Amino acid sequence: MLVADRVIAIAIMALSAYFMWHATALPIGWNGMTGGPGGGAFPFWLSLIMLLSAGGVLVRSLGQEKSSQHFFDSQMLRSVIAVVIALFVTIALIPLVGAYVALPLFIFWYLKIYGRHGWLLTGILTLGTPVFLFFFFEATLKILLPKGVTEPLFFPLYAMFF
Amino acid sequence: MIYKMTRRAALAGVASIAMIAAGATSALAENWKPQKPVEMVIMAGQGGGADRLARLFQSIIQKEKLSSMPILPVNKGGGSGAEALRYLKDNAGDAHKIMATLNSYYTTPLRTDIGVDIEEFTPIARMALDTFVLWVNADSDIQTMDDWVAAVKASGGEWKMGGTGTGQEDSLVTAMLEKEFDIKVTYVPFKGGGDVAKNLVGGHIDSTVNNPSEQMGFWQAGKSRPIAAFTPERLEVFPDVPTARELGHDIVYWMQRSFVAPKDMPAEAVTYYTEMFQKLAETEEWQTYTKDKALIADFLTGDELQAYFIEERDKHAAILADMEGDGSS
Amino acid sequence: MDTLALLADGFATSLSPLNLMIVLLGVTAGLFIGAMPGLGSVNGVAIVLPLTFIVPPSSAIILLCAIYYGAMYGGAISSILLGIPGASTAVATTFDGRPLAQQGKAGLALIAAAVASFIGGTISVVLFTLFAVPLADLALAFGPAEEFALVLMAFTTFVGLGGDDKLKTIIMICLGLVLSTVGLDLISGQPRLIFGDLPGFYSGISFLVLAIGVYGIGEILYTIESSRTAPQVTPARITLRDLVDGIRTMNRMWRTMSLGSFLGFFVGMLPAAGATPAALMAYGIARSTSKTPASFGKGNLEGVAAPETANNAASTGSLLPMLTLGIPGSPTTALLLGGMVMWGLMPGPMLFIEQPEFVWGLISSLYTANFAAVAINIALIPLFVWALRMPFTVLCALVMVLCIVGGFAPSQKMHDVWLIAGFGVAGYLLRKADYPLAPLVLALVLGPLMEKSFRQTLIAEQGNIFAFVERPLSGTFIALAALFFVLPLVKYLRKGGARSIAPAE
Repeated sequence: MLVADRVIAIAIMALSAYFMWHATALPIGWNGMTGGPGGGAFPFWLSLIMLLSAGGVLVRSLGQEKSSQHFFDSQMLRSVIAVVIALFVTIALIPLVGAYVALPLFIFWYLKIYGRHGWLLTGILTLGTPVFLFFFFEATLKILLPKGVTEPLFFPLYAMFF
Repeated sequence: MIYKMTRRAALAGVASIAMIAAGATSALAENWKPQKPVEMVIMAGQGGGADRLARLFQSIIQKEKLSSMPILPVNKGGGSGAEALRYLKDNAGDAHKIMATLNSYYTTPLRTDIGVDIEEFTPIARMALDTFVLWVNADSDIQTMDDWVAAVKASGGEWKMGGTGTGQEDSLVTAMLEKEFDIKVTYVPFKGGGDVAKNLVGGHIDSTVNNPSEQMGFWQAGKSRPIAAFTPERLEVFPDVPTARELGHDIVYWMQRSFVAPKDMPAEAVTYYTEMFQKLAETEEWQTYTKDKALIADFLTGDELQAYFIEERDKHAAILADMEGDGSS
Repeated sequence: MDTLALLADGFATSLSPLNLMIVLLGVTAGLFIGAMPGLGSVNGVAIVLPLTFIVPPSSAIILLCAIYYGAMYGGAISSILLGIPGASTAVATTFDGRPLAQQGKAGLALIAAAVASFIGGTISVVLFTLFAVPLADLALAFGPAEEFALVLMAFTTFVGLGGDDKLKTIIMICLGLVLSTVGLDLISGQPRLIFGDLPGFYSGISFLVLAIGVYGIGEILYTIESSRTAPQVTPARITLRDLVDGIRTMNRMWRTMSLGSFLGFFVGMLPAAGATPAALMAYGIARSTSKTPASFGKGNLEGVAAPETANNAASTGSLLPMLTLGIPGSPTTALLLGGMVMWGLMPGPMLFIEQPEFVWGLISSLYTANFAAVAINIALIPLFVWALRMPFTVLCALVMVLCIVGGFAPSQKMHDVWLIAGFGVAGYLLRKADYPLAPLVLALVLGPLMEKSFRQTLIAEQGNIFAFVERPLSGTFIALAALFFVLPLVKYLRKGGARSIAPAE
């Protein structure tokens, strides 16, 4: 727990420094000409406060005793990582093969392989989700989802529903 | 697994059939029609003047059935339109994307290096030119341009001029005024023209260069007063308001409302969209709207439009150079 | 009474069979759109706008308003059931709505939200009917200085309390504010914090992206990990008796709800402020004036009722400057305004004089829309509660898909979907390390408003920082803000400060 707390505090400090570096692209001081602070002032000084506070968290943690509680539950951590990887793979696939292939694949993976549900439930949801998405988002709300290479498949559908 | 395989195979089969079908239709080049909904990219956020106009176009197109596929507006207003410009650039050759532009079409690539050259885009149609008018609160004593200049000079640089974001149209007109009359104002940027209009009427700023459409409601209620129009001729809705040119100050500035398409859009598609906007320009709705809002409906297409864009871009480059020179001195 | 006669005429318009049908249709559609994380009233109104050319203008605006109303009711549904605020106006609803759902009281929370929305909507429509025209001038008196003072006040009603780790709260507030500055700097017209040259950051980081990431994906990851050690979420059930009981419980919250309604209406009326600060302030005030402030955030029904009355009252309030001045207070009202312009109606001071049938038809339809929304909402609660009883893995998979699609839909950028995934993982880790997430989300919502109005004021006042206290209206708000900040601190120091500080160090 304590180690994780320190690692996160250091990460926030690094992030703050990174923000400060980007913020200096615009003036960070009080601009006498126009009155009021420059464009970089808010991000810069707020990041500095963030940096100092995270430093405070780090210093505070140094004085604390090591607790027996673990930050991660090692067994469940594996499931979390599996889900995160699946999520990232799905998002990466969307522009390539389209939302109508990537999302059902994700649902199939989650229900059948990860969740160990039956074929019937998996099948209904895997096939039902894209149908629902198409009718709710595209046919009704006219919000087009990315299709990637499956685009030409949708031409007849467009002709039918628009 | 078997299930997955068969589904894939089926998908592949359908896909190949569809590809053939798509190829067949594109061979019939003369009668090109959009095969999927057309994205209308808007260079501004939701609710602003540009957005409202684009949605008006969408509504008229839908009502008059000018397009076989729906036109879907998508707002990409980030970075004064930089986001939209980059998006269009990244979609070269796409026949299903058009973009509604305003003057940030020139100014944004000039002010920040975003790697976009507007000469590469395909011009479609210029629908209208929006006008600019100098406004003051109806409670103020200012009646003429001379009163205004005198008041600004008397304030010693504390005259509050409201407008849209720095580097956008209102700030350019303000800069032109500063240069012409050799005056200095405090420019307060707001998020949109409506916000500016409200702050003028509420007495939080002293004058603005709003488009007439933004001040119309307040003007009708007698809460704001037009001083001068930045047009070559007097506006039909304000016959008593002189133009700056009449008063001996050559300030003319327009906001263009046009449509462009990505680089290398197929010629048939360009023809299709040009014709669509031609028909749109002739509708009754559009004609009443331009009249009510003091827009100049000056339809322009093709190479002439491109020439116009380039000419305007060079003009803006000069104004911006002037402005930046001012700031550093 | 002139107003009553005009309103009666208005009802003649809005109660015609066509308009009644339109209201029912609009409210139902709005409810589902609002319940979808990522989609809100803006999307609903934008999509229907072009269709409205088909019906007469008065029916068209009634349809748009019905969708607007329905979406405001619907926003609470995803806040409570999934813990993902569907719109920034519904953030405060998650604070107590989510814990209630986890305790198996989702039905009760949904009823509270529906009833509170109805009360808020109705009180503010009455206020609207009576005072629309005279109040318009108040909206004009609001300049940048007043805007800043108001947002500051909304902020302090929140930050002043809160029992979390102080250092970590400060970090989260700063992070939210810094993230809110990403994109274009309005004042100088220059891009900032765009991290190299990613065009996706040009438009800034939208509230929805952070909220869906942190509350949607982050929450799911957290639940996956803790589902082995911690007990499962109590399954929700609802019977007719619960419904009656729920409505009866609401009877005890009149103080909170009337406060929320008035606050919501007045804050919503101010252009640029709108429903989000209103809901936050209502929640903050309900908590600081409550006898048991500690129960807030752990499933107090009043914590659902307060923001829900306020945000619905505010959505009616924001119609006021739109109709009387032609100034939209939010993107949704801007679209409504656009619609009216398209039909040749000119919102502004003359509208009430020139187009009375239209104006009063619209106002009376707000009454019918409110009734329709609460009836449909309550009728659908069993369906929503039933949806929660799905096995956890099924719910997770579907919510993740909704997060991806809902994150993509508003601006149609894959960039946003990646950000959601990133914020999800970061939010999960931060939450595990006891960093409070609500201040982060709030800071991102209020940050842009605060910075913009602060700098506008200073430019207009030539850098005079005392401008904020010199102006009477903004001075009052600043004083109130200071009060909200100091009061809980004094309370905290006086009673048992020593007791609660000791174990933290």
